[in-house]
Amino acid sequence: MLQQTLITDKVGAAHWVLALFSLILMSSIVLAVKPAYAGMGSAEERIAPVGEVRLQGQPPAEIAPAPAELETEDVDLAAAPQPGRKDYPNIGMSSRAIVWVLAQMHLFFGALVLAVPLFVLMIELVGVYTDDDRYDDMAHEFMKISLTGFSITAIFGGSLTLALFMLYPDFMGYMMHVFGTQVLVYASLFFFESFFLYTYYYGWNAFRYGNLKWVHLTLGLLLNASGLTIMVLANSWATFMMAPSGVNEVGAVVGNIWEIMKGPLWNPINLHRFVANIAFGGAVVGAYAAFKFLSSKDPETRAHYDWMGYTSNFIAILAFLPLPFAGYWLMAEIYAYSQQMGITAMGGILAWLFIVQAVLIGTILLAGNFYLWSGMSRTEGSVRYKGLIKVIAFVLVVSFLIWVTPHTLILSASEISLLGGSHHHILGPLGIMPAKNIAVNLMLIATFLSFQLYRRSDKVATVRWAPLGNALMVAVYVAAVVNIIFLGVYYGYFTNTVYKVGSSVAQVSTTLVVIVAGLVIDTLMFKKAKILPSHWGRIPDRSQYALFALPIAFTWLMALMGYVRSSVKTHWHVYTVMKDNSPDNFIPTIGYAGNMITLVTILFLLCVLFMFWVANLSGSKQPQPAAGGKA
Amino acid sequence: MSVLFKTLGFSLALTLLFTLVTYLLPQVKGEAPVEKKVDLGSLTMEDFIAMGDDIFHNKGTCTLCHKPAPLGRAPDIEGGDMAVMAAERLKDARYKGEAKDVESYLRESLIDPSKYVVAGWGKKGSNDSESPMPHVDKPPIQLSSMEIDAVIAWLQAKDGNEVTVALPSPEAAAEVAAASTGGDAGKAPAPVATAAEALVKYACVSCHAMDSKDILVGPGLVDVGSRLGIKELRQSIIDPNAVVAEGFTPAMPSDFASKMTVKELEMIVNYLAEKKG
Repeated sequence: MLQQTLITDKVGAAHWVLALFSLILMSSIVLAVKPAYAGMGSAEERIAPVGEVRLQGQPPAEIAPAPAELETEDVDLAAAPQPGRKDYPNIGMSSRAIVWVLAQMHLFFGALVLAVPLFVLMIELVGVYTDDDRYDDMAHEFMKISLTGFSITAIFGGSLTLALFMLYPDFMGYMMHVFGTQVLVYASLFFFESFFLYTYYYGWNAFRYGNLKWVHLTLGLLLNASGLTIMVLANSWATFMMAPSGVNEVGAVVGNIWEIMKGPLWNPINLHRFVANIAFGGAVVGAYAAFKFLSSKDPETRAHYDWMGYTSNFIAILAFLPLPFAGYWLMAEIYAYSQQMGITAMGGILAWLFIVQAVLIGTILLAGNFYLWSGMSRTEGSVRYKGLIKVIAFVLVVSFLIWVTPHTLILSASEISLLGGSHHHILGPLGIMPAKNIAVNLMLIATFLSFQLYRRSDKVATVRWAPLGNALMVAVYVAAVVNIIFLGVYYGYFTNTVYKVGSSVAQVSTTLVVIVAGLVIDTLMFKKAKILPSHWGRIPDRSQYALFALPIAFTWLMALMGYVRSSVKTHWHVYTVMKDNSPDNFIPTIGYAGNMITLVTILFLLCVLFMFWVANLSGSKQPQPAAGGKA
Repeated sequence: MSVLFKTLGFSLALTLLFTLVTYLLPQVKGEAPVEKKVDLGSLTMEDFIAMGDDIFHNKGTCTLCHKPAPLGRAPDIEGGDMAVMAAERLKDARYKGEAKDVESYLRESLIDPSKYVVAGWGKKGSNDSESPMPHVDKPPIQLSSMEIDAVIAWLQAKDGNEVTVALPSPEAAAEVAAASTGGDAGKAPAPVATAAEALVKYACVSCHAMDSKDILVGPGLVDVGSRLGIKELRQSIIDPNAVVAEGFTPAMPSDFASKMTVKELEMIVNYLAEKKG
């Protein structure tokens, strides 16, 4: 036994020596490779090798300096390369278009596969606490339908990386120089994510009950942890390109990797993407449920997929409601970093895209509300709220129309004279942000009211103070609406820009107060409520089209806002540090961007169909052929 | 199958509807700034002012913030007389800059905007001590000194005031060429063929008088060949701070070694070595 231990120790020691030797060898290689890029700028290296000129009193510089001498300040202070037009490979078609499609497809699927395990874990936990197997089965089904998505994400990610290295070699060289070994950490996380993904999915039934269930939940937690870490690491590349940190004004690295990653926009983007991914993932799996619902005639199957569609819509809309606030924080940080960049997005050439954004968000809110109203037919208790739905619909439509009203229009001279100026005297004021802030906040409040009414429709409060609770709720709504309109009108039209921006924070806070007050009051008021019967599956077929409108609008919106986020850098690869001198260094027209976004949306739709088809394939079984080979 | 076609058709129709919205909006392209060649031989003050007007409205991106109230995020420039406003600001007790006249005030406000922040327009929380405006000579705007002069000329001329800015010199043009951001930005300019061209290319003549002992920024070089040998001349270009002429501060750029080709360096050194007064 002792001998065996000694042998093991010797083997262990040998491993350590081998590891140390490998480390030294690798360090030597790194040191030998590093100067080829890093030492380009020094006077001695540029001039001395010619053999004619060198600094007085100094020995001739060595052409290949010894590795030990390379740890000078110059090594780390290499400026960002400034490639010329000819340094970008020309493959006969737009490099930007190729990268655009690949990056967007990677992001779509990346968002989906990061979001699904997140709410799957939540649903699984709900299943554990309610002891209801339906939750567990639904969570498992959500994982099943998104499983192929992980491979599709990796395929587009790999293709994107190759395309970037081929089409933008100097830019990628610089990014690798800046982020260094962080990219290897990023790559290694995929091993962890794959491990947890497969054990989580395939171990679902093996670790279903008792203590093993907690092992399973831990696997899910670790899957989400590795997925989120992957996301925040990749986000740091995007935010470095927008607002570089950890480098000096010529792009030379002066900070450590943490300083490089933790730029001013990193956390706002992390939060925004985290929340948006959940909304997006919920919407996509909702479409799956809707498709299955419409395809089936069996009441039990329809009831199951109705419930699944409802849960997906619930996740999507719940995550969507705080999204404008995360977006607001992001834009505020962009303005704080560079007012010029902020105005390029909100008031410059990209500002028109926010009209399209309004159409998309309007579609999402109208579809989400329509689905909730349709869903009220599941229970008899909803008749109490039918009248209010008309009011909500009116508020939504009017607010939507205000939101899409443009401020300035390109007009001919005769049109200007007919209009009496460049802005219409009534519609002109509706085009600026104060009117839109009022409209957006009212739409969010109206959507929350729909959600609240839906949740109340199968309950009857039994607490004594229910009338008081209702009165309080009405008072909160009325006060909030008055406050939002007053803040928007008074500070938006009768004071200067600084107060206008400040008042929007108060408007957003008011909306949040309504949401929080609604949740608190309803939780307390319906604690021991009488539950009215609900009939899952009793919902009109047309309502299911709302569950298709949601992912289409989310996908389009995601591509649109990603395009805006990337374009605010204008003609810079890395803002203020590395210029984009490629033939595509201009911001294309909105029509061109629209075409690209439609292209990626349709590609995504087709890939998602494939993903769903594969998921269903696993449950299908071909009947055994009859004798003679005929089925 | 009909469900598949119905739902696919609905999804595609909705996608195309969103695309249609993008076509209803103005189709504007955001071009990257393109450097324009200026023929100094035929450049008139009118052309120069027009160049400033163009920079203000395009490359300078000034109109992103400088708009009429209530839309602006910075004082309205086009609606007011900048010469009058500048004179008022110079008299303001809050003014802490070094400008003495309208032209120098305008230049200072462009390259160091925080020297004087108009009340109410400072960065949030800075109590009007810090301006949100970027330094126009630095990225991302990165105007050359000639372009800044053109903007100042336009700011003075737009309200009929006297233009005090001088038309650009060949040295300034060389600076613009060196800082070119056009298609081949970032590349070293093409090597020149003669010493005289090299002296213009690296703007040596903007600080050194070649044909007299007059001090511009650095010493006159008319007799430099009698004072310094070939080796010293070479060192004074490659490493100008190694030996600084008595009575001068080390202001000469130290990056010529990484910018000049060996041939250019040798041409300049030989040219200077022959200058013996």
